[in-house]
Amino acid sequence: MALLEVKDLKVRVEEREILHGLTMTVNEGEIHAIMGPNGSGKSTLSHVIAGKPGYEVTDGQILFKGEDLLEMAPEERAAKGVFLAFQYPVEIPGVTTMNFLRTALNAQRKARGESELMVPDFLKKVREVSKSLNIPQDMLKRGVNVGFSGGEKKRNEVLQMALFEPSLCILDEMDSGLDIDALRIAADGVNALHSPKRAMVVITHYQRLLNYIVPDIVHVMSKGRVVKSGGKELALELEASGYAQFEDAA
Amino acid sequence: MPAVQETVERVKRIDVDQYRYGFETQIESDKAPKGLSEDIVKFISEKKNEPAWMLQWRLEAYRRWLTMTEPTWARVDYPKIDFQDLYYYAAPKPKKTVSSLDEIDPEILKTYEKLGIPLREVAMLEGVEPKPGEEDPARRKIAVDAVFDSVSVATTFKAELKKAGVIFMPISEAIREHPELVQKYLGSVVPTSDNFYATLNSAVFSDGSFVYVPPGVRCPMELSTYFRINERNTGQFERTLIIADKGSYVSYLEGCTAPQRDENQLHAAVVELVALDDAEIKYSTVQNWYPGNSEGKGGIYNFVTKRGDCRGDRSKISWTQVETGSAITWKYPSCILRGDNSSGEFYSIAISNGFQQVDSGTKMIHLGKNTSSRIISKGIAAGKSQNTYRGLVTAHRKATGARNFTACDSLLIGDKCGAHTVPYIEAKNSSATFEHEATTSKISEDVLFYCIQRGLSQEEAVGLVVNGFVKDVLQQLPMEFAVEAQKLISISLEGSVG
Repeated sequence: MALLEVKDLKVRVEEREILHGLTMTVNEGEIHAIMGPNGSGKSTLSHVIAGKPGYEVTDGQILFKGEDLLEMAPEERAAKGVFLAFQYPVEIPGVTTMNFLRTALNAQRKARGESELMVPDFLKKVREVSKSLNIPQDMLKRGVNVGFSGGEKKRNEVLQMALFEPSLCILDEMDSGLDIDALRIAADGVNALHSPKRAMVVITHYQRLLNYIVPDIVHVMSKGRVVKSGGKELALELEASGYAQFEDAA
Repeated sequence: MPAVQETVERVKRIDVDQYRYGFETQIESDKAPKGLSEDIVKFISEKKNEPAWMLQWRLEAYRRWLTMTEPTWARVDYPKIDFQDLYYYAAPKPKKTVSSLDEIDPEILKTYEKLGIPLREVAMLEGVEPKPGEEDPARRKIAVDAVFDSVSVATTFKAELKKAGVIFMPISEAIREHPELVQKYLGSVVPTSDNFYATLNSAVFSDGSFVYVPPGVRCPMELSTYFRINERNTGQFERTLIIADKGSYVSYLEGCTAPQRDENQLHAAVVELVALDDAEIKYSTVQNWYPGNSEGKGGIYNFVTKRGDCRGDRSKISWTQVETGSAITWKYPSCILRGDNSSGEFYSIAISNGFQQVDSGTKMIHLGKNTSSRIISKGIAAGKSQNTYRGLVTAHRKATGARNFTACDSLLIGDKCGAHTVPYIEAKNSSATFEHEATTSKISEDVLFYCIQRGLSQEEAVGLVVNGFVKDVLQQLPMEFAVEAQKLISISLEGSVG
């Protein structure tokens, strides 16, 4: 069943069109990879889906579980199950990770009309998840991402993904700034979360990440459009021959 | 920058029109005629049944005041105040002496109930989680002294405090009942000649709280005063005097609110703290005076002199303030570190919004040997407000080994407000170690979006980030106040829903 349908999406930033009519469909349980050179519009797409301000949608639509996503406030999208793992997770001094997780989780539950999670249940859940991701307890007591290494920041993103249980996870350049060991831990975390109901959209420059998170479908983006889609072997092809061949196609 | 823009819009809308404490209480009051003269000073003194020495003290201050001019160095702007157009004394009727809560005008009790201040001697504060390690939260008590316009209307838990030897009463009563203590300490920290507003206060103050903690006594409960200005065109001039005798400890809290009025109201208080050898005073304020409406009309002028004297060796005074209200704030709670090895602390959160102007900070005056001080100031400016930190750290030439650490952080919300830091540092002793750190930042759109992507609304996101920003200071507040302050911070920055 289609989870996310992007139809002929056109997006502007400050009078300049970045996406020129992008179409793609992500079904439940699928893993999609979006590849493409800098400036091809990969991050713009992820921001528009999540509802980041500053983008003007001039045409097209985005349906999420059949509903008009563009009509929803960003926090509403989060509560409905859209999760964006950031390329550069921000630091929030003075707000402990634990407090942040609980505040956010309860905000989402409230928006869905569910009761707040009791503290013991919450703690139990956080402990389980953080253990599997190799996140030490004292990291949860520190300010959100404050003084975290690149690897720790990304694991914190995966931790939130596991806790909030979204149905669509968009991973924006998860591999940037990670060494190979950190990448493996983060990718293992992501793989553990993959389920028949949950879809993943992995945005990356490099094929390397896709050795760890294996996609069902690979899309190549160039100049604001999807110029080619295919199976996982498309990524390998790109790795060998580069993006140049697609520049003209756009 | 749409997200930030939206925050600015919301913050603009909120304000002040949502001030929750803006109601007025209909009670008859007993007022002195408008204006200020020797006769008015005598009138006030007479109303209070004061001894002759007190009247003399006031008159000297009044004569001194006539020769003084208003200070203009602060970064605040307001029309000239006509001091003859104010009432200097207003007391709720009936004016007979109140000996128990049952004799207080029920309207006043209702006012305090609306404010959420328990004047009944309730031992338990509702909805407060117990501190870890504290056996029974129901046993935590707070003694309250409530000051309504110019008069103290109720002091709770008097009997229990008396058992411990602690004196906690309206200063008007202390002048009659403990003249030796009042005469010895009143004006010894803030002299009657100190500054324009302190001198005015010395002439016309009508009430306030008095605390004396005897040697070696740890005050068994938090002491608290709530100030409320109700009358129109009334200046409130309260006077607080706290003395911690050798080896004693006291924690004192004050809270302030006022009705919404179109005209400005003057609040010129003086607070004096004296800590003798090995004594410690912790003084916390949550100031939420009416800040004026969304066009900048009305609000309280808060011109306050607060000073603590670490008179004894190894004494300690700690100021913690959360300032969210007032149209104009002019306030510098200070410490004179006179005793050797004494220490002073200043923790401050100052939030300005709408058209509020804040010029606040502290003075740490190192006189004794090996004295230390610590200043943590967090300023948050939103709307069209101006928020200035002004601080003085000075070491006398005999103050060997003086140490200070200062950190001033400012957070801007939107692009129509201003944050300013004006530190004055003077070391006349080469062994002094003074450190100063300052930062200014804006709530970034990226941080807000990160929180919103995780399910928080714009308002919740701003509240979360701001509460994180001020955390170091919130932790210094007694727990009950920290909860209240945290809510207040969210309210003063929150947008109207929808």
